[in-house]
Amino acid sequence: MSTFQHRTVLVSCPFRYVAAHRETHLKTLLVVVRLVSVVESRRTTHFLWEVDVEKKVGTFAVKKGLAQMLKGGVIMDVVTAEHARIAEEAGAVAVMALERVPADIRAQGGVARMSDPELILQIMDAVSIPVMAKCRIGHFVEAQILQALGVDYLDESEVLTPADEAHHINKHEFKIPFVCGCRNLGEALRRIGEGAAMIRTKGEAGTGDVVEAVRHARAVLGEIRRIDSMPDEELMTYAKGIGAPHEIVKEVKELGRLPVVNFAAGGIATPADAAMMMQLGLDGVFVGSGIFKSGDPPRRAKAIVEATTHYNDPEILAEISRGLGEPMVGIGVSELPEAERLAVRGW
Amino acid sequence: MERETEGGCMIKVGVLALQGDFAEHIATLRSIGVETVEVRLPEQLVDLEGLIIPGGESTTIGKLATSYHLIEPLRRFSQDRPVWGTCAGAIFLSNDARRGQPLLNVMDITVERNAFGRQVDSFETELSIPVLENPDRPYRAIFIRAPIIESVGEGVEIIARLPIDSEDEDRIVAARQGHLLATSFHPELTGDDRFHRYFLGLAKG
Repeated sequence: MSTFQHRTVLVSCPFRYVAAHRETHLKTLLVVVRLVSVVESRRTTHFLWEVDVEKKVGTFAVKKGLAQMLKGGVIMDVVTAEHARIAEEAGAVAVMALERVPADIRAQGGVARMSDPELILQIMDAVSIPVMAKCRIGHFVEAQILQALGVDYLDESEVLTPADEAHHINKHEFKIPFVCGCRNLGEALRRIGEGAAMIRTKGEAGTGDVVEAVRHARAVLGEIRRIDSMPDEELMTYAKGIGAPHEIVKEVKELGRLPVVNFAAGGIATPADAAMMMQLGLDGVFVGSGIFKSGDPPRRAKAIVEATTHYNDPEILAEISRGLGEPMVGIGVSELPEAERLAVRGW
Repeated sequence: MERETEGGCMIKVGVLALQGDFAEHIATLRSIGVETVEVRLPEQLVDLEGLIIPGGESTTIGKLATSYHLIEPLRRFSQDRPVWGTCAGAIFLSNDARRGQPLLNVMDITVERNAFGRQVDSFETELSIPVLENPDRPYRAIFIRAPIIESVGEGVEIIARLPIDSEDEDRIVAARQGHLLATSFHPELTGDDRFHRYFLGLAKG
């Protein structure tokens, strides 16, 4: 959704520039109202114009743009303002404000919902970096509330209990951008079709086991490589097969990658995990329980940030992996019964 | 772009790749025939004729630059070679960001972070930028949780302003101090390479 703000303001421009606008201003955002005065400076003459300026907010370029700014960075789950400050100090590019990290949601069970707005506002006050929050799959009113709070990014997340067993939120209707999880390319492109401006692997949140994130990353990137070598006439049947919009499949072929930023998430617990996801070809990393369920969160957080930057330099990775204290204990995903797997949520 | 390859002197520009949208800058530079280098460590600054500091989170970039001993080498680099900061990069070049975070302190500008508000207030608009090629053509500018340049010191040229609704006042969104350039918006996101060409003009003197 984009909105326009019309404001009458004064701008000083060379005459030719505005004159060009007068004739071709249909696509431009400056609309001339009238000439106010002429200002002579030493080198040029400037004409002071009254114009209407249009600022477009909530456009797809603006939504996708914030994810582009997060690239090469680490987004950390935090449950208190104090955690948020530790994350910012460690170099996080954004924080995800939650009441419980996924490991605790898993341990405690029950229905997991959007966090208390009070907690989210405290975290927004505590840091200068972007603040993200999660809503339940399909729960568009939780999304409306989080947008009204002014959070910077919304995660329509399988970590919370789904509110709709068939549909996701129509994300085009919102001014703030959404990130969504995926296990494969079809799921990623359905979410983009619904308006997601950023994609992440689902992995298996709250386990500290990276295996599912690797599986999902390889699935998405492998399918993109397959599309790359596919003749155009095969794309429609391929799109039908994976349940993805044909237009976006075509776009993926043209670009050779997803049309939005693609992060790793779900089970990342060490600097080596983060660097591995980067080497596989993802754009950045979410770390959920892996930091604040470990023995020394500030130190581990800083190490994972540095590993995400220097992901291709094993000597630096060796140095930053030293003496980080206890990692989160973790649960092997292969030991998890099907019913306890979060990644299967989402349609 | 023929100019870069004329006489066989291909220009080599670095992009600080600690965090942020460095890949978008690299893609734009390559599309106009520039050789690029990702810079994460001080030794990667050698042999470069210019450097771009991309958009991203200025706190993250500042902390990584400090941890990996890049602050002093970047200051020395910016004494005699062109450096351009977009958004977070502009904050990093400034000498005052109105809060405590690592800065290069090389441009005499004061910036205010997140000056337009949160992401919900991020926007795109069109600017008149007379120093670019074809100045009659408006420049599409994307502002993401963008800073503004609140004030500039002597010898800093204002390149672009964003009109706002309070009578005569308008906000500075691009400035140049000799071979140093700062923009609060993201020319690397729009596919319009005129700003990158302008920067290369500084790099070639």
